[in-house]
This record gives sequence, C-alpha cells and structure tokens, in this order.
Amino acid sequence: MKTTQILIAGFGGQGILFSGKFLAYKGLVEELQVSWLPSYGPEMRGGTANCNVILSDDPVGSPIITTPDVLIAMNLPSLQKYVDSVAPGGQIYIDSSLIDLKIERTDVEVFYIPATQMAKEEGIATLANMIIVGHLLENHPELSFDGAEAVVESLVPAKKAALKELNMKALSLGKNYKK
Amino acid sequence: MAERILMKGNEAIAEAAIRAGCRHYFGYPITPQTEIAAYMAKKMPKIGGVFLQAESEIASINMVYGASAAGMRVMTSSSSPGISLKTEGLSYIAGSDIPALVVNVQRGGPGLGGIQPSQSDYFQATKGGGHGDYRMIVLAPASVQEMASLTIKGFDLADKYRMTSMILADGTIGQMMEPISFEDVEINSYEKPWALTGTECKRKHNVVNSLYLKPEELEKKNFERFEKYAEIEKNEAMWEEYMMDDAEICVVAFGIASRVAKNAVVAARNEGIKVGLIRPITLWPFPTAAFEAAAEKVNSFISVELSMGQMIDDVKLATKCKKPVSLCNRAGGMIPSPDEILESIRNAKKGVL
Repeated sequence: MKTTQILIAGFGGQGILFSGKFLAYKGLVEELQVSWLPSYGPEMRGGTANCNVILSDDPVGSPIITTPDVLIAMNLPSLQKYVDSVAPGGQIYIDSSLIDLKIERTDVEVFYIPATQMAKEEGIATLANMIIVGHLLENHPELSFDGAEAVVESLVPAKKAALKELNMKALSLGKNYKK
Repeated sequence: MAERILMKGNEAIAEAAIRAGCRHYFGYPITPQTEIAAYMAKKMPKIGGVFLQAESEIASINMVYGASAAGMRVMTSSSSPGISLKTEGLSYIAGSDIPALVVNVQRGGPGLGGIQPSQSDYFQATKGGGHGDYRMIVLAPASVQEMASLTIKGFDLADKYRMTSMILADGTIGQMMEPISFEDVEINSYEKPWALTGTECKRKHNVVNSLYLKPEELEKKNFERFEKYAEIEKNEAMWEEYMMDDAEICVVAFGIASRVAKNAVVAARNEGIKVGLIRPITLWPFPTAAFEAAAEKVNSFISVELSMGQMIDDVKLATKCKKPVSLCNRAGGMIPSPDEILESIRNAKKGVL
C-alpha cells in the first residue's frame, strides 16, 4: 500500500499541467489509482500554475494535496510557497537555472537540476518540465522509464508529431542527468 | 472490464450525456464548467446532434424547455451565477411536467462570487430556487466516474418522472481528471405520448404549458405532482456508507467534501476514534432512512460542507434532532483540509460541539 502525492508548481506556460498529465497517464499505464487536479482560472493565462497528481495502490481519497511527497518547483515563488509543506522524507526537484536558493531542510532529498539551461542548450527550450520529470522517473521505480514513449505518444496530438521525439529527448536528458 | 481512460469530470458528463442519447445541448460558457460546452461543440455536429451556444443562460434554459416539450433528451450546464439565471425556466419546466437534465458545476457565491469550488447552491438546488412548489432530483457526484454514471442516471430519472434532474457538482470534480471506464450503457427509453411531435391530424393536439388560471385546477396539479415526489422520496434515495458499522461519530459530506472527509475518517480511525461517513448521493430526495438508522446508534453528527452550512438543516430534519449536529465548513471557494475535519472529529469525540 503506497501513495505518492506529487505537487508541480511554476509559471503558466512552463508545461506544469502537461507534466502532471504525463505522470498521471504513466500511473494509469502502471495500473495505479490516479488523480490529476489542476489549478484553474486566471492562472492559466499567466501567473502561477500548479497541479496535484496522486498515484496510489488504493483508491484516491481527496485529490487535493496538502502534504506532498514530491514537489517539483519551476520558479522561486512556488518553491517558497510549498517548501515547508513537503512531507519529511520527501523529495524536492528544483529547476536550479531559474531558482537560486538552497534548501535548508535536512529531512528531505533535494535534486537541483538546471533544467531550463539544459533545455535551451539542446534547442528544446519549452521542455525543461520534462527534463525534471525524466529525472523523477529514474528515482521512482513504481513509475519507471519503460513505456514512457507510449504515454508521450498518447498525449501529443497527431498534428504535432515532432514534439514526441523532443519530449523523449527531454525525458532522456533528465534520466541521465548527474550532478 | 472496459478500458480505463483519463478524463476531466466535465468531459465525463458530456461524454456520458451523448452515450445516454442526448443529442441537444444548449448552453452559455462560464468557468468552471466550460469543458462541457467545448466537448459538446466538438462532438455533437459529428453525430447529428445539436450544440448551440445561446445568447444567454435564460435563452438556453428556454431552448431546453422547447426541445424537451418536443420529446427530445436535452440538457444544459452552467455554474452558480448562470444557474440563478436559469431558475425561471426550471420553475416553468417543473410546472409543465417535462424532463430535463441541468448541470451545476458550483463556484463560490453569492453574486458573481469567485470561480473556485463551492457547495453553496445546496439550498437553491434542493429547496426550489425558482418560484412555486416544485422539486428537482439532485444528484451529487464525488468522482469522475460518478460524473458519468449519475448523468446517465439523471436522464433516466428525468424521463421516468417527467421532471428536472440536476447534477450538483463543484469546480474540483469538474476540473480534475481520474480514470474512468464506460461500460456498455443500458439506456431505458420512455414513451412520451405528451410530447409535441405533430398530430398528423390523427390525434388531439398536446399542450405543454404551466399556466392554470383556475385555482382548483392548479391546486390539483400541485397535489398530483407531490404524490409523484412522495414516490420518488420512497424509491430513489441513494447514499454511500463508509466505516459506519461500529461508528460513534458520523461525518456527513457529499461531492468533493466527502473525498476530503474520507481521508479524515481514515486518520481518525488510526487514532482509535470510531467514526464513519454517510455520503448522500441524492441530495433530493435526501437519504432520510440512512440518517434515521444512524441517529439510533451514533453519538453525534458532523456536517462537512463547502458553504456556511446548508445540508446541516436536512441532517437535523432527517435525524429529528435526536443527536447533536455540528458544522465543519469552509466557504467562498476554500476547501477544508483533512486536518481541519480531523480536528472536528476529535472535538466531537471529546463532546465539544
């Protein structure tokens, strides 16, 4: 019986909701119980966006996350807002090219990934989110990297087929990232 | 079992409606339910259905009135302020005894309020909203799967009893995605000899109208309608009980609040507190039988609501105030955390109400 609560937060336009969708679909493929809850409203037109994804062996109760096991922070305000809410023993993934802050908490595992910088260098500037997700998959055997391609395939519309390859490239970059 | 797919609650309503045979949708956009209209706009033209964005909510409910009078399975959807605009039409539909499905994906009020989830239209949905003596069947989904199954059920009940079924959801359930599977839907079809389908000069013409100027006639109509309502109260109440077998405290919650409350119930059980949950699935008819039974065995009730406390009145009525009922609530688009509900449960255990 395991439940992983993932909170993804950043600016609108960083693919916050998309990366959440990817994780939810990956959970579905792995036959987990899942829920995906976006922030909605003015956030979608810029400003902050966040997304709650729950993956569980059991039926999901509340889809609203108050104590995330995993926080993905794509900007400073989001990190500052949620850093204290992460469960002890949890993980924090930080886009360190956008956030110049070191976590003082010692009861959580922190991954500093210069995702936006990496994405720019590879010519996939909008896919920093998926670089971080790739690294997360590597750390979460219940999700695993296997089958990621099929999930990307189901999420990217046929008209934008080129994006599939780019998303996979981003995931691989994240998977192979070493400090 | 059918394949599991991920879908937003709003989209699940739209897809379920189409599967239930609805081919007429009239609406007007409003957050947080616009995905229903968007889905219908995309799908209806492809299957020979009608999607129409009306000039206003008032227009759209009157289009529902017209299409229903012609015997069609028809729906509209909106969110709180939009439903207020539709209530005149809801009263006319009730007074004309014709079926309709109306979805309210609630947001915080009153007035224009906000766009975040709320349950503060409970009174409006269950106690009338519009003028005159009337009822609507009110269904409260707590998951994306139920958004679909209760939509199908809602159409069925509406046709069966010739009245409005309302899906009373909220912004969270509307916006969230969960796995859902569409089993083969069994659709009951109902003869509609009252519908305005053209007489072909072979029968007396039908009339769909809510105007009765003779008070004797209007009174008779009201009494007949309430006999039907009594039958529905007897036969159609639905609810879920969770960990109620040995419960000393009963949490009452519907929709998204029940999801959060379940987490709190589990946490309280881990502390050794004997607590359970009753989740009304029909808000009208209110599942009175469940509460009559619970009132005999629990010490107290906690009504958890995203409002200033509306369902709590029905809990008190259903239990005939035999046991104390306390309120654990947030309003205006806020949602209580499991910890807030847990604290209410701890207080109930201590007898602090």
